[in-house]
Amino acid sequence: MIAGLKLHGGVVVAILLLLAFAPFIIDWIDKPFYLDLVTRMVILAIAAASLNLILGYGGMISFGHAAYLGIGAYSIGIPAYYGEYDGLYQLAITIIACGSFSLLTGYVCLRTKGVYFIMITLAFAQMMFFALVSIEEYGADDGLVIDLRSELPFGFSLENSVSMYYLCFFILLFFLFIIHRLVNSRFGMVIRGSAVNDSRMQSLGFPTFRYRLLCFVIAGVMCGVAGWLLGNFTNFISPEMMDWTRSGELIFMVVLGGAGSLFGPVLGTAAFVLIEEVLSGFTIYWQLYFGLFLVAVVLFVRGGLDGLLSKFSRSDK
Amino acid sequence: MFKKALLAAAVCGLISAPAFAADSVKIGFVTTLTTGAAVIGNDMKNAVDLAMEHIGSKMGDLDVEMIFEDDGFKPEIGKQKTDKLVKSDDVDFVAGFIWSHVLLASRKSALDAGKFLISSNAGPSQIAGKLCHENFFSTSWQNDQTPMAMGEVLNRNGVKNLYIMAPNYAAGKNMSAGVERTFNGTIVGKDLTKWGKDAQLDFSAELAKVKSSGAEALFVFYPGKAGGAFIKQYQQSGLSESTKLYTVFTVDAISLPKLQAGKLEGVLGSLATQFWSPDLDNAQNKKFVSSFKEKYGTYPSFYAAQSYDTVFLIKSAVEAVNGDLSNMNGMRAAMEKADYPSVRGPYSYGKNHFPIQNFYLREAVVDADGNWTTKIVDTIYENHQDTYVSECPL
Amino acid sequence: MDGALVVVQLLNGIQLGVLLFLVAAGLTLVFGIMDFVNLAHGALYMIGAFICASLTLALDSFLIAIALALPATFIVGYLIERVFICHLYHRDHLDQVLATFGLILVFDTLVHMLWGPAGISYPLPNWMNGQVNLFGFVDFPLYRLLIIFSGITVAIGLYFVIVRTKTGMLIRAGASNRTMISALGVNINQLFRYVFATGAMLAGFAGMIIAPITEASIGMGSDVLLIAFVVIIIGGIGSIRGALIASLIVGLIDTMGRSFLDDLMKLVVSNQAAETSAPALSAMLVYILMAAILFFRPQGLFPPKTR
Repeated sequence: MIAGLKLHGGVVVAILLLLAFAPFIIDWIDKPFYLDLVTRMVILAIAAASLNLILGYGGMISFGHAAYLGIGAYSIGIPAYYGEYDGLYQLAITIIACGSFSLLTGYVCLRTKGVYFIMITLAFAQMMFFALVSIEEYGADDGLVIDLRSELPFGFSLENSVSMYYLCFFILLFFLFIIHRLVNSRFGMVIRGSAVNDSRMQSLGFPTFRYRLLCFVIAGVMCGVAGWLLGNFTNFISPEMMDWTRSGELIFMVVLGGAGSLFGPVLGTAAFVLIEEVLSGFTIYWQLYFGLFLVAVVLFVRGGLDGLLSKFSRSDK
Repeated sequence: MFKKALLAAAVCGLISAPAFAADSVKIGFVTTLTTGAAVIGNDMKNAVDLAMEHIGSKMGDLDVEMIFEDDGFKPEIGKQKTDKLVKSDDVDFVAGFIWSHVLLASRKSALDAGKFLISSNAGPSQIAGKLCHENFFSTSWQNDQTPMAMGEVLNRNGVKNLYIMAPNYAAGKNMSAGVERTFNGTIVGKDLTKWGKDAQLDFSAELAKVKSSGAEALFVFYPGKAGGAFIKQYQQSGLSESTKLYTVFTVDAISLPKLQAGKLEGVLGSLATQFWSPDLDNAQNKKFVSSFKEKYGTYPSFYAAQSYDTVFLIKSAVEAVNGDLSNMNGMRAAMEKADYPSVRGPYSYGKNHFPIQNFYLREAVVDADGNWTTKIVDTIYENHQDTYVSECPL
Repeated sequence: MDGALVVVQLLNGIQLGVLLFLVAAGLTLVFGIMDFVNLAHGALYMIGAFICASLTLALDSFLIAIALALPATFIVGYLIERVFICHLYHRDHLDQVLATFGLILVFDTLVHMLWGPAGISYPLPNWMNGQVNLFGFVDFPLYRLLIIFSGITVAIGLYFVIVRTKTGMLIRAGASNRTMISALGVNINQLFRYVFATGAMLAGFAGMIIAPITEASIGMGSDVLLIAFVVIIIGGIGSIRGALIASLIVGLIDTMGRSFLDDLMKLVVSNQAAETSAPALSAMLVYILMAAILFFRPQGLFPPKTR
């Protein structure tokens, strides 16, 4: 068991080290495009980690999590459209917008259970999608091009792709740390307990609705920050970012990596982005293989990559 | 004699290739190869392949490497692929782009990296006006021009009131703005329908509104697969008796074979405006159309024509600087002259690098072999320039 | 003239509703009885359309093509169930959503490989192409009227099967208590398989009859799928009656929104803004309706009986 933990921990440490030195490695092999790939991967990992908080630990299967990516991205796009590039100001808008959207929708969604919850989160994301499609001023279907990335204090410039990357990486680490602390606190016990048996937690005297709502809001704000990074990174935003297939992809990243494990979403996102990149360069019919891969993962890899790693290490104990 | 030529070539080579001896021209071509819109992307790819064959994959002394990328009909993916072409493949030219919103999203990536960006189709108003750039060129048209020509046709035909239908995205809005600019009568109604991956294809509600509006004519813009679907429903709705159909970019070599297979005879005789037609009489066009038909068995679409031109425009630039791809100014100056055999015949560039060219009225007809195609019946504009050029700061 | 427009739009809305019902019926049965979330249901709508398109062009007869394409989609549905779906019944909803999401990608790409990206357009028999005059003052396309009739026929047929026959009784019993019915010695898996294939056939039928209007195209299943899900959630999972009523409500709201919302909005905002935002807002209406219904009735209009 201890040996198993070591292998599992070893892989995680190896990946984190790889990510920490990614810009240097990429500079060394002289393939600057890969930095874009890794940056996108890290940003999506933040989104996946935030989804994991509600889906993996809280048992709340949100099929509308991409809405927060979109709201976060529009929180830079719209100020930038009016010539406002102050990063902290944009970040504040992101947090307020995602916080209030998740509070409002969470209040309605959390009254439902099971598949109704899946569908109602989807409904709210679709509403947001169509609302932004309908606003002609902000580009509607065509989206907005963001001319400059956010301006941050202390002369930290995001126009430099390496500093952009490190900002994303540190936010990922920071959020993973918060999630780790959260799920291992009393708060986390209640969330995990209510995912397994909500009425038992209630009879123990916990107002689980409030706990779950707070958890939903935290996840929404975290994903909003990922959207803020994504908008900065791509310099382009469009309602497409909150398309329902994007929400589906986020779920897949979490499940692929292992729902309810801290580093699972990071593993899952890395695998997802790499497989997509390799396959789509290989054939225009790549979605066929990707789809089959998805089915195979669901059928044969229970517990995701993270689970697979632990199983491996346990069996060779 | 042979020795002399060899020597000359060697000297040329020495002069033209100083420090950076590029041995090939790299061109990235972004188009749509998946989703239903791939039908357009494939036509463009076919035309580029044909052009490569015709130039023997060589521009001057340099080999040409053509890299195709699929934008998946999404602006975000288009931008990612452009980034990849610029950063990973280090191409010299980024070309292609069917969709205005994809071009708008990808524009910055290509231009900021100091590459030439050549649109083989999309022509959004922003890029012709405020966002114009010295390294951007178009081998097609500015979106508003073709519908403006159609507005002129409507005036000539004495149409007094008009209904407009178009998809709700950048080009759709430009098309509707274009026809409104030149049409003198009244617009009795306008519908912009959902576009993109889940585009609306059932127009029952909109066609019922057209009918009740009592419009004499209906102007539509439905490119790609939506075009065929629209024309079918137009016929089933029984509108053809009261409301005549005028289209832009809808009845073309993409939709006509399908309409023919579906036996929708009503489309024959319908009018559309365009800068080009397969029956246009010049040597380059004859060669293009006949070899395209021979190789692929269908008429080329205007998308194909523009893509074919793209390759020859780039070739003229590369040859003008003797293959010295670091000479951006030289290549730009060469392209500004539009000194290459275009399938549309000679044209010139405005300061925003959009073509100043003729616009024709085309009619859908049956050709000698029984295939459905289009034929030029009139010239609407000669040497027409877009209206946004005045906003271009260049 | 305005009265005529309202009547035509009502009929258009009903036609859309009927089409949604055909897709939603299979979905709600599979969901209600087997507790299985099938995102790939839309793919069968697409496959039905493509099979019918090929047959129509080959045989030059739309009606014969439909007659052949129906059993063909039944078989396709049956095979999909045997190969993929049957392994997923015992999984949670999350696994089902993911696996069937993967199947959407697989089927969309397979259709692209088999039929090309262009989509297929196929003709109707001449006699179906005309207009009919209804109530003396509106002209309505005959074919759309036929869609309404065939949809209503299917709905009545389904109702009859479910309420009046032994199979229907088993299906209803299966929906409310699965263990009980297998304890009674009924081969529930076999029953499910046929229900699944029938649902597939109904979705395929919807695809076949809409494709002469919109063409058979890749991805046509995904947009109808989401709306069909909205329908069964509003109607209450497992309820055929709920699916019918919700389909009609959703069809009417969508069509009415598209036809009259921009005129309404022009009273409040500029013409330009109304024209561009009305189509998106009418698409939003359906989701707003669903959220509102779930807020007040968290199990839909006709909630399934407790298990």
